[in-house]
Amino acid sequence: MFFEYSIEGGNFAQAGSTSSQVKKNLKQLNVDGSVIKRTVVALYEAEVNIVAHAFRGTIIVEIMEDKIHILLNDEGPGIPDIGKAMEIGFSTASPEVREMGFGAGMGLSNMKNNSDELHISSKVGQGTRVEITNYFQAKPVSLQ
Amino acid sequence: MCYLCSEISVKPEDFIMKIKEVVSLIDGAFITGKHRGEQSVEVAFASDLMSDVLTIKSENLLLLTGLVNVQAIRTAEMSDICCVVFARNKNVSEEMVRLAEENDITVITSPYSLFRISGLLYQAGLAPVY
Repeated sequence: MFFEYSIEGGNFAQAGSTSSQVKKNLKQLNVDGSVIKRTVVALYEAEVNIVAHAFRGTIIVEIMEDKIHILLNDEGPGIPDIGKAMEIGFSTASPEVREMGFGAGMGLSNMKNNSDELHISSKVGQGTRVEITNYFQAKPVSLQ
Repeated sequence: MCYLCSEISVKPEDFIMKIKEVVSLIDGAFITGKHRGEQSVEVAFASDLMSDVLTIKSENLLLLTGLVNVQAIRTAEMSDICCVVFARNKNVSEEMVRLAEENDITVITSPYSLFRISGLLYQAGLAPVY
């Protein structure tokens, strides 16, 4: 099962709408509630990051019988030092992002804590690629 | 609560509070979910930082916040939070109401400050997350 979404940088009103749609899809597939929560928390943080930092981005979601794989690609400033960005408290967010309740330097660690596998790569001046994989563990879903 | 010995007579983990009791304690008003007043919460968390809220794993969580925007409702949706209290009677937008109703999230406003709301609910026995 395959879904693709476009994300517009700076459109704070829409931030979270993709995560919301993915949550509805996972619920319909009867995925375990704790896996859904971890997945959408990680995705929501990543989606907010695109809105907050990038010009635009895409989110590609692939749901398989045993796992969900999410690929987020954005065109934006990129992350010069991913290790530094993973540190709790480090943030380059604008005041506007902070007013939304984000930008405290917790997003990437939240994503890590809620993903079974997380891969982040980035090119400064071009953009960032984030891959999140979560497994459904003992409860595979039926995609019929 | 035992008023003679001032000690909590039930274990904190056994304590639950109905949403309608929350509303009554904080002089609140239902914006959405009035029909869900019989639902219960077990713990509360007060924060304006949504990334911090997203770290909480507790179930039946009541979110108290002064951050009144769409992202507060989105955060509740992602975190399976059933009820959000907005402090200081701030205006809840139509978009927030629509999102809350779509996701069965009860929204309450209170005229009190976040500090006072937290104090009242804590005093009445509602447990903190940390």
